[in-house]
Amino acid sequence: MLWLAQRASAAVLAICVTVHLVTIVYAVRGGLSAAEIFGRTRGSTGWLAFYTLFVLACAVHAPIGLRPVLTEWLGWRGRSREAFVLVFGVLLAWLGMRAVLAVFR
Amino acid sequence: MSATLQVSVWRGGAEGALQRYDVPRYPSQTVLDVVTHIQRRIDPTLAYRYACRVGMCGSCAMTVNGVPRWTCRTHVDKVATGSELELRPLRNMPVIRDLVADMREFFDKWERAKGRFEGRARKSDDFARVAPDSPERQAADAGIECIGCGVCYAACDVVSWNRDYLGPAALNRAWTLISDVRDGATLERLRAVAGDAGCHACHTHTSCTERCPRHLSPTASIAGLKRAVAKAALAGKL
Repeated sequence: MLWLAQRASAAVLAICVTVHLVTIVYAVRGGLSAAEIFGRTRGSTGWLAFYTLFVLACAVHAPIGLRPVLTEWLGWRGRSREAFVLVFGVLLAWLGMRAVLAVFR
Repeated sequence: MSATLQVSVWRGGAEGALQRYDVPRYPSQTVLDVVTHIQRRIDPTLAYRYACRVGMCGSCAMTVNGVPRWTCRTHVDKVATGSELELRPLRNMPVIRDLVADMREFFDKWERAKGRFEGRARKSDDFARVAPDSPERQAADAGIECIGCGVCYAACDVVSWNRDYLGPAALNRAWTLISDVRDGATLERLRAVAGDAGCHACHTHTSCTERCPRHLSPTASIAGLKRAVAKAALAGKL
């Protein structure tokens, strides 16, 4: 199931990263100021939903990918590894959502 | 073409060193010919392994100039760097002595991947009829000619990083059996090959497919296992 979760989150990330990059390019080329960007994101449930999905997909995808890296590079296995990647995933979700809510509120 | 090959051969076990031999060079000479010349004409204490000499038994694989190969079908002309050859035992396996690698773990992993046919027919049943053009038969055919030489296992970086990983050959074997409509142990086999030591550990580097002397694609077999495991998991069977 972890493999399926990683594949599914990768599919979501492929779309999210593309939209995110296009948005960045648009914002920079259009010369939007920080105030103008906030003006578009604050109170926008659409952007809130999109970036929440983005953050959650990262929080699922990255820890699952980190598991074999820890084993293959550091020889780290067992429950302590699982606990570490779980904490890492929660941390990603927390930090990401903090950033998303900061531009929404 | 130089008249003599300078051949460096691993001597010893896990600890050891390369020893240099000068071997006469001939047209159409194989790497196995070179090793045999050293043992029969220069140094009878050299240990190596071979049987059929025609690419069927899978026992003569070694590391030739850094690349795992079957030596009986590998021509010196195609792999020598100038007139130099470096021969070592297969990677990812303990060394018994000189060019002989211990393949026990390699074959134990076939067992762990449930690489044994589990027929479900009884004596009273008629012969199974499997259409040659059926998808299952073709999937099994694609991987069934494995000779168990260990080249893919030696070429696999994931094996070197994760000692529990079953490896390309064992997983390829599991896939051929899962594709075999006569076999009755699909679920047990899928359970055996799922997880951190199984097909999901594969990074799809395709070194196994690149190096397989039989031109099989264990990578494709492993991808098939991933799909089969996913389907079974979604159906709640695992």
